[in-house]
Amino acid sequence: MATGFIILAAVTLGAALASVMLRRLVHCALCWTLSMAGVAGLYILAGAEFLGLAQLIVYVGAVAILIVFAILLTQRRELLSIERLTAGSWVTGVAVAGLVAGCLWIGLAYTRGLGGAGGASGGPALETRELGELLMGRYVVAFEVAGLVLTVALIGAVILALPFEQPREASGRRADRPAAGEGWDARRQGGQGA
Amino acid sequence: MNMEGILALTGWGGLRWVGPVELFERGPVWLRDWAVGWLPEGAKVWAEGLIPAVAVLAVFGLLFGLATVAERKLLGRIQNRPGPNRVGPYGWLQFAADGVKMLTKEDVVPRSADRVLHFLAPIVMLAPVALSLAVIPYGRDLVAADPRCGLLFFFAVGSAAEVAAFMAGWSSRNKYSLLGAMRAIAQMISYELPLVLSALTVVMMAGSLSLVEIVEAQSGYWWGVIPRWHVMTPWGLAGLLLFMAAAAAASNRAPFDLPEGESEIIGGFMTEYSGFKYAIFFMGEYFGMFAVSGLAVTLFLGGWQAPLAVLEAAPSYGWFFLKLGVMIAWFIWVRGTLPRLRVDHLLNFGWKYLLPLGALNLLVAMVWRGLGGWAFPGAGAVRWLACLAMIGLPAILWGRLLMRSRGWGPRVYRYAS
Repeated sequence: MATGFIILAAVTLGAALASVMLRRLVHCALCWTLSMAGVAGLYILAGAEFLGLAQLIVYVGAVAILIVFAILLTQRRELLSIERLTAGSWVTGVAVAGLVAGCLWIGLAYTRGLGGAGGASGGPALETRELGELLMGRYVVAFEVAGLVLTVALIGAVILALPFEQPREASGRRADRPAAGEGWDARRQGGQGA
Repeated sequence: MNMEGILALTGWGGLRWVGPVELFERGPVWLRDWAVGWLPEGAKVWAEGLIPAVAVLAVFGLLFGLATVAERKLLGRIQNRPGPNRVGPYGWLQFAADGVKMLTKEDVVPRSADRVLHFLAPIVMLAPVALSLAVIPYGRDLVAADPRCGLLFFFAVGSAAEVAAFMAGWSSRNKYSLLGAMRAIAQMISYELPLVLSALTVVMMAGSLSLVEIVEAQSGYWWGVIPRWHVMTPWGLAGLLLFMAAAAAASNRAPFDLPEGESEIIGGFMTEYSGFKYAIFFMGEYFGMFAVSGLAVTLFLGGWQAPLAVLEAAPSYGWFFLKLGVMIAWFIWVRGTLPRLRVDHLLNFGWKYLLPLGALNLLVAMVWRGLGGWAFPGAGAVRWLACLAMIGLPAILWGRLLMRSRGWGPRVYRYAS
């Protein structure tokens, strides 16, 4: 237990440190991914199996890829490799870090348990089944609202990604688009009657 | 575990007669316990974890070698040529020659490549896939690890494959590599949803995330002959078909092998890999195929359960590997039969066809459970047919509608007369 904790904590912290110290953005993103995987390992070590695995699926499987794609698709040469690492003074950095740590400590110190078998006895605080029952019972409103917000975000992203239509007579045909009646864009707009 | 078994095999007093059925069924577990018994107290915990891991890697390593030969022989049969038949009896040792060739090849790394990531990518690809083999139950007590969320574990470690594909594609500094990585990631993300949805149906019906418990939920027979596997129900049948379509895409197998479409982008994210690093990618791909096939067997085909009560005398892991072999043969057959998809067809198929049907299948499973209370004569058949129609008709009609909206139909060939 202790050995595992030390190894996982070292990996998590080391990767987190590397993700803010390295100069190439893609390396930073990959180190951040490793750090998230380490956090997932800590969750599993603490007995929160479901949370740890969900953390892996969400952060390693989805968010990491999202970040990497964002870096690749917004390619600006000056952003791909960072010359200066610190923007402000060390004093500001330490102050912000202290503030964040304080907020986290307050949050952890005043959190009440959710009930269940009790984590202090060494066993898992919540079995996966209990977690599911809580999410579908007592916290169903919060759960469904979160799902709704994500769905709205998804629809919004699709609308943003739809081809933007310019008034025809104002600008004419854009050079990087296929002409009307040819190619994928035209067919799609015709099909939607837009 | 089974103290009597250890005694029987090691002969430390109390030698006991065990029948051949019990010997084969319990043999692997006895062997493990016997090996662990020799070790000092402190090492036992480690050995109990290590021995199954080594066993799984050894078995699947050998299976990987045999599957490559089997694939080439079967593809040869499909294409009306002999396939490899020179090394060993009927060419079955071809994989050993291939392995030696791969090991002795030069390991080329492009000059402008990101060396560290280029080196790490094959490892990040193979290690999680090997991990996911740990939670699949191979026999009655043969499972390397049985976490309470086994199915979730399978998908969680599998998600690292996307990162590995990106690492390989980006670090190679080759536009074909990057294109291949982009294709691979788009495909894996799109097809993970139908894959998880069809697995979720089984979780809902079996009431557990543990793969061992899911297999146990499929034990027993209807009227003593038809096994109670999930594939014997309408939602299970549809789920298996959806699962296998999504699994072929998730493991980058033909007809969904666009990430390494040789005729378009050379070798995809593997373009700049050679020698043993390439072999590791290759191995990762095959291990991935074994893992999803094993998961399909576990979720829908009853895992290690025998198809008939009288056949339960055969060892349970034999049944598992037989079913796994059928799955692998199916993958090879599909590869030899279907042409590669285009990338927009691939994404449309995943999002517009598999995903809605997966969601509908979840609903059908609920209806199946709801209709379980019917008690009039012939209720079983009516329930079966009603549920099949609920998923089958939309599958056909929705497919036709999608094809018609794009002006596709059966192809008419005109021959010169």
